Amino acid sequence: MTSSTPHAAAGASDAEAAEGRVYTVSGEDWDEIVAAANEAGDFESGERIVVNMGPQHPSTHGVLRLVLTLEGETVVEVRPAIGYLHTGIEKNMEYRTWTQGVTFCTRADYLMPIFNETAYCLAVERLLGIEDRIPERARIIRVLMLELNRITSHLGGIAPMGLELGATTIYTQGARLRERGLDLLELITGLRMNHAFIRPGGVAQDLPLGGLEALRAFLDTTPKLVHDLRTLIDANPVFIGRNSGIAYLDLPSCMALGVTGPMLRATGLPWDLRKSQPYCGYETYDFDVPVAHTCDAYGRYLVRMGEVDQSLRIIRQCVDRLASRGPADSVMIRDAKIGWPAQLSLGPDGLGPSSEHIAHIMGQSMEALIHHFKLITEGFRVPAGQAYAAIESPRGELGAHVVSDGGTRPYRVHLRDPSFTHLQSVAAMCEGGFVADLIPAIASIDPVMGGVDR
Amino acid sequence: MSGPEETPKAGPEDTGGSGTPQRPKPPAADVAAAEADGDLPARLGRARLDAPVVRRGMFGVQGTPDTSGYGLLSVYEARPIESTRPYGSYFDEVADALGSALEATGIGFSDAIERVVADRGELTFYVPRERLPEVAAKLRDDPALRFELCSGVSGVHYPEDTGRELHAVYHMLSITHNRRVRLEVSAPAADPHVPSLVGVYPTCNWHERETWDFFGIIFDGHPALTRIEMPDDWKGHPQRKDYPLGGIPVEYRGAKIPPPEDRRHYS
Repeated sequence: MTSSTPHAAAGASDAEAAEGRVYTVSGEDWDEIVAAANEAGDFESGERIVVNMGPQHPSTHGVLRLVLTLEGETVVEVRPAIGYLHTGIEKNMEYRTWTQGVTFCTRADYLMPIFNETAYCLAVERLLGIEDRIPERARIIRVLMLELNRITSHLGGIAPMGLELGATTIYTQGARLRERGLDLLELITGLRMNHAFIRPGGVAQDLPLGGLEALRAFLDTTPKLVHDLRTLIDANPVFIGRNSGIAYLDLPSCMALGVTGPMLRATGLPWDLRKSQPYCGYETYDFDVPVAHTCDAYGRYLVRMGEVDQSLRIIRQCVDRLASRGPADSVMIRDAKIGWPAQLSLGPDGLGPSSEHIAHIMGQSMEALIHHFKLITEGFRVPAGQAYAAIESPRGELGAHVVSDGGTRPYRVHLRDPSFTHLQSVAAMCEGGFVADLIPAIASIDPVMGGVDR
Repeated sequence: MSGPEETPKAGPEDTGGSGTPQRPKPPAADVAAAEADGDLPARLGRARLDAPVVRRGMFGVQGTPDTSGYGLLSVYEARPIESTRPYGSYFDEVADALGSALEATGIGFSDAIERVVADRGELTFYVPRERLPEVAAKLRDDPALRFELCSGVSGVHYPEDTGRELHAVYHMLSITHNRRVRLEVSAPAADPHVPSLVGVYPTCNWHERETWDFFGIIFDGHPALTRIEMPDDWKGHPQRKDYPLGGIPVEYRGAKIPPPEDRRHYS
């Protein structure tokens, strides 16, 4: 649809909207637009076209809006606009207890919920001063869940990367593989996403019956499927043609723009917080940090795929450790003032306090009932202060800045989300390139708008 | 009713009549170790009892007769901490390097750093706002410091901290030395200006826009300080503590449940 009379776009004043000619694009009418622009002589006069890509565009990874200034097919200027998925997670957390905060922050970057929870819980645990008291079994399960989530997150980035280039097989194969990881997350936590599984002091519950067997079955079959996926993509001439040399961002640019994660490692710097500033006991696991030296979208793909292999390695070590330790250990800190909910179990009607715990508080101990009530309604108090816990998420450094005033609720929680930071680099990577290269460039950042907007 | 009466059993069969609780016992060693420490985290903080009382009572309810007994509870002020040397860990080294780097340009350490806090394994420099860009540039460029990466800025609003209501907190990371440091600046709500760090760390661009959007801190020198998360025509700064949440009481079976900020609370 074209219109010769300019009409005001939402939010723009009449004067602004009247500047230049306005074409309203409604899909599959590009020929009409080009014809109308030709007729009006826009191309001959060197006019630039401003295109609003998004926020509802299939290849912008959610509700990302890109304001593009085009000269022919060349991107002269690109300005990402965000905020369409802002849900006030940080503000909401200030009105819930410390434990309930997990339920909110898990929803920030919805492709890596376990990472959001872990970053927040590590910061709360540092404020409480209980970092050394987390039971070993809980730490192993945390690492296990983090790496499972890293696999599903990376596949959730790589599969749409193919789809956006028109390669539906990459998407279907990648999504099927990702589903296997999600099945395991569901088996262990009960949910495919928004788990609220990592809690201050440990994890919500132990692995279910048959959990280790399911993990072993996953480990037996998945490496071959990952290998199959790599044979499909790695040397694919079309995939390489669309990604190699695209979205170039070198090390100094990464430093200036605060870019971390696979984008940084694709410049050749093996910076991984799991190695350099270990948490949850990562220093005791045997794994490598994959790097690439191309600084481009293809290098980022290779780094992500390499990390999937390394995550499988770590999961194997976790399973071996869990199997050798036996199920007797606790998965929650042995401090009854913090460990909530310490006695969860899966009953026929879902997850809830174990029948032993119910029998104890309802039939045996008045004090235990009072304590249970206080812990559930009031929560625990966290000494005043602030902490910043950073972990290596699939997208880069995920930091949780948590401030306490000594009360039962967080005074302030800020999630330093890697997607938010990395989206700033779109202009540096894409200006001067073709508009078609913008799609693999965005895909190589792997931004998730839930984390960007929070 | 006639007939022989059943004698009630002494208790559930599985207790064996002993009356002892049948909860699964945690491994004794764990509990013993925790008790021996004597400082389980929830019992820490006796020192806070010496601090002034900022509020009495519970649930945020004021001015009504206390029938619960919770009115006697006191909430103590969290005193600002100030660390003295040695700070421990690599913190002394960082402070020394920063001091000499500042002195090379004629700025005294105490001019540029109001307060140093080494708490819970993290180092914080409190910087007067006019000195922020200089300190950040030194942190980035000095070979002994080399904090190449800034993790952005996070705002915090302390409405009770008169004259220092708005805080901006920066987290720096040195990949060269594998260290972290935090900078904190404050500005009064009446004059919410802080110099922008975009010139030193370009990554602060969006982070400062976000902090302006949510807290109303104006970063002087920012190339385009506009709202980023909220709509452009939004009024107010939602993450401030005094920002009305705009909730409406929800009626449920005749009772009104107030919006979150008016509900009873414990903290």
